[in-house]
Amino acid sequence: MPKPVCVSPGLTVTPLRKTAGTFMLTASATLLSTMAMAIQRFPKPEFESAYTQPQTQIPLPRGEFLAYLDVFVLFASLCLITWLVLKKRSRFWVFFMSLFSLAYFGFYREGCICSIGAIQNVSLALFDHSFVIPLSVIAFFLLPLVFTLFYGRTFCAGVCPFGAFQDLFAFKPQALGSRLNTVLGIIPYLYLGLAVLFAATGTDFIICRYDPFVGIFRFNASFGMFLFAGILLLSGVFIARPYCRFLCPYGVLLNWTSRFSRKHLSITPKECIQCRLCEHSCPYDAIDVPVTTKSPETRPAMVKKMMMLTILVPFLVLIFGYTGSRLQETFAGVDSRVKLAKEVLALSKMQDAGNKMQDDSYEIKAFKASGKTESQVYSEASAVLKKFYVGGWLFGGFIGLAIALMTGGRMLPVYRTDYVTNKGRCFSCARCTDYCPVKS
Amino acid sequence: MPNRREFLNTLMRGGILAALGMLSGALVFRSRDKNSCSYGFDCSRCSKSESCSLPAAIEARQTVWQLDPAKCIQCGRCATNCVMSPSAVKCTHAFAMCGYCDLCGGYFKPGTKALDTAAEHMLCPTNALRRKFIEDPFFEYTIAEELCIGCGKCVKGCSAFGNGSLQLQVHHDRCKNCNECSIARNCPSQAFSRVPANKPSLLKTFGNESPAKVPQKGGVNA
Ligand code: SF4
Ligand code: SF4
Ligand code: SF4
Ligand code: SF4
Repeated sequence: MPKPVCVSPGLTVTPLRKTAGTFMLTASATLLSTMAMAIQRFPKPEFESAYTQPQTQIPLPRGEFLAYLDVFVLFASLCLITWLVLKKRSRFWVFFMSLFSLAYFGFYREGCICSIGAIQNVSLALFDHSFVIPLSVIAFFLLPLVFTLFYGRTFCAGVCPFGAFQDLFAFKPQALGSRLNTVLGIIPYLYLGLAVLFAATGTDFIICRYDPFVGIFRFNASFGMFLFAGILLLSGVFIARPYCRFLCPYGVLLNWTSRFSRKHLSITPKECIQCRLCEHSCPYDAIDVPVTTKSPETRPAMVKKMMMLTILVPFLVLIFGYTGSRLQETFAGVDSRVKLAKEVLALSKMQDAGNKMQDDSYEIKAFKASGKTESQVYSEASAVLKKFYVGGWLFGGFIGLAIALMTGGRMLPVYRTDYVTNKGRCFSCARCTDYCPVKS
Repeated sequence: MPNRREFLNTLMRGGILAALGMLSGALVFRSRDKNSCSYGFDCSRCSKSESCSLPAAIEARQTVWQLDPAKCIQCGRCATNCVMSPSAVKCTHAFAMCGYCDLCGGYFKPGTKALDTAAEHMLCPTNALRRKFIEDPFFEYTIAEELCIGCGKCVKGCSAFGNGSLQLQVHHDRCKNCNECSIARNCPSQAFSRVPANKPSLLKTFGNESPAKVPQKGGVNA
């Protein structure tokens, strides 16, 4: 008899209160139904006429070498765009490069495989032994990050099909102001955290599920997704590249690697002459203006700020981590294994109460046909819940850290004499270079 | 001052590069790790080596989605949940398993008396299943794939009353090989899995028969 399994505080599973006899009965019945597939009810016919049986043929998938071709195209595009941005400094050619990427990675490859989605494959592969991650997916995840680490976000400038697509719509970009940019900038951290959490627990690939553009690339999407994509693209007329700035989870990783890039696009090829011509040239608010008035802060004030930060960081990490862990059940509720356990539990409760059976849902039918026991289902679900407890802490802690660092970043004094690109946020689209009157 | 900042930057860059290197190393070696298989990839000792995807996937390093007809309960979600419409999942006929029955459980609605090709007797909503007289008493059933929507109605009939030779399969000429298959996410029987791209079919056969699969590029049920 299976022992009671505590799935979670809110979902305590009662033991099977069935006699061993009925249990055996259901077991043998389910055995029958799983074998149903292979029952040969009618013998193989023996034909007398000259009939030859056709062979079953099913289409083969796309050739494997094409996956490596994609990697090659990605690598070549990254090299080319980096050269166009850093050496040619030409918006014109960057634009054509982005059209090519939109055509190839977007409409021809239909947005799949992409570096953004590869985050999930990488997370799942790290936590699930049996998931085999193809080398091409690893390459799609790593190559843009490595390029960004050396040359800034040139990937965003003209290789990512999502970025290229939105870039076409940036007709009347409005400045949002640094506060709004910072606050909305939290969303990608949330998205990244959730995507990793759900992928690592084997629950869902949310980046793919809520990918707004892939439906357009395939000319095939649900109404809801078309609406979402339409809203994003139209708002992109005023808020340039809304997905890139306020949603893209890969952008978080690119942002942080770009900050330490070795050579990054600069607005001016030589020295800034403070002409202010480029000041409003960036559609993405990624140009930092000079701050030449040294902040009048005294040393004690600085020390006080630093102390506040050292308290703030662990405090926020803990608070958010705790909140994340409390959301354990909400998160786990979308997992199919947990959903099944809840259904099975409800069913066995109903049977215990002697209620009449309703029509089984497909999930219950499949469960009965699979020959699994109830306790197996419960222990699978409780394992998932445990993962979400740890994952909830990590997710929350990550968000807390992100918020703390952002607050900290706004508190620190800045001093700069020139107009410079913000290495984290700049997409290296090379628009501003056209505005600079200094030519090399 | 700029020098100190430059130095810190270089340090961080080196750190991130090392982390990325370690990550990719872990990813490449992890799925080759002998621990991921309880037999250490000695397939000759394993009873599941026929259906196991690990060793082949590791050689091929590319996977595609496929559904296991033995697990499928023909819920109908294959027709509605695919990102493609009509679905990339289609009925496939394993001729080698078929009894060539006159009264086909996959072709006729239950309780049909007149065994003819009148549309109102057919189970298939799109008239994709075709019946052809071969010789008394055998009939051949083929699938017009361009019409099939993968609803699984015929599959259900065939596995309930016949030999189970009609089976649902993902057809990879239509399938986009989504990063996460949107049918897999909703399949009640977890019939979907990633299989090695060089062995893309999971058609079932009777135990002692040779596999009923000859995958061919662009091929259809002849
Ligand atoms: S921010 Fe994201 S969506 Fe935008 S271009 Fe970069 S990777 Fe692509
Ligand atoms: S969703 Fe699953 S159970 Fe339903 S028809 Fe498709 S494979 Fe079969
Ligand atoms: S009944 Fe459904 S699965 Fe069978 S051939 Fe017709 S459309 Fe395809
Ligand atoms: S992988 Fe995508 S296209 Fe293929 S069957 Fe699944 S949902 Fe349909």
